[in-house]
Amino acid sequence: MANHSLALRHQFDDVEQQKDASTFGMWIFLATEVLFFGGMFCCYTVYRSRYPMAFGNASNHLDLILGAVSTAILIFSSFTMACGVNSAATGAKNALVGFLSLTILFAAAFLVIEMSEWHMLYKEGLMPGFNFTYKEFDPGHVQLFFCMYFAMTGLHASHVTIGIGILAVMAIRAWRGAFGPEYFTPIEISGLYWHFVDLVWIFLFPLYYLIARHLQG
Amino acid sequence: MAEHIVTKKQYSYVFATLLLLTFITTTVGMMDLGRLNVVVALVIAVIKALLVVLFFMHIYWSSKLNKLTVVAGVAWLALLLWLTLTDVLSRGWLPFPGK
Repeated sequence: MANHSLALRHQFDDVEQQKDASTFGMWIFLATEVLFFGGMFCCYTVYRSRYPMAFGNASNHLDLILGAVSTAILIFSSFTMACGVNSAATGAKNALVGFLSLTILFAAAFLVIEMSEWHMLYKEGLMPGFNFTYKEFDPGHVQLFFCMYFAMTGLHASHVTIGIGILAVMAIRAWRGAFGPEYFTPIEISGLYWHFVDLVWIFLFPLYYLIARHLQG
Repeated sequence: MAEHIVTKKQYSYVFATLLLLTFITTTVGMMDLGRLNVVVALVIAVIKALLVVLFFMHIYWSSKLNKLTVVAGVAWLALLLWLTLTDVLSRGWLPFPGK
């Protein structure tokens, strides 16, 4: 198993080059992901500049503390992921499995908090398309805010869910002994994906929870 | 590219800084600073993003090719935001006939 993973594909000169190619490919993918989310961030920026007051009123319906806690949880998960990469590089198999499991646990906790926030918004009548009964300040543009909120956090949550799947596969492979100090590229690349998910949330949190709170119509 | 193993200790410094910045940005978010709220929140977000990319994602120790890829990703995003906003924000600056 381990030897098979180490195998050098014939198109590469050496193991190092093979690893660099994989990492480079992942970075190219992440650059496309930046633009994938970027379109939505651009859309947010345009509407935020047009309807600041509606965004301010809408933003106050989000729970700042829940947002901050889920941010902290994602940072925790990024840290455990990074420690997992370190464990893989130093050949600590059990630690690697442990850190991957912790990362999955934090990711699941993040999703639970996010679902509870969505459920709260649904009950308050702030979920466009399902239950939207908000009638106070500028309902049309408040609805726009929540459309964007659910689209962007939803897309992010789907990335978290995919991340849990990837990390679960990695944890099982690690447990079976597929990785060692001389071969752990899949762990490193999954780590890159996971940190990217954290990165997106680092921007979603201030944009939705923080920067409009004090604008009130 | 020589292999660089980042220690758990180094990671924990980055981790502690990220948590501290999250705490600061949340606390500042609760205060009303007018326009400064946006500036502070975004500056802190960019610092956090830099910490994650440079150290958690190893770009600090990466090859020039990977560094260039990151810069390219950000540059295209900047282009998207810049060209869109020059249009959207400048509408209505000049009067035009018929309105």
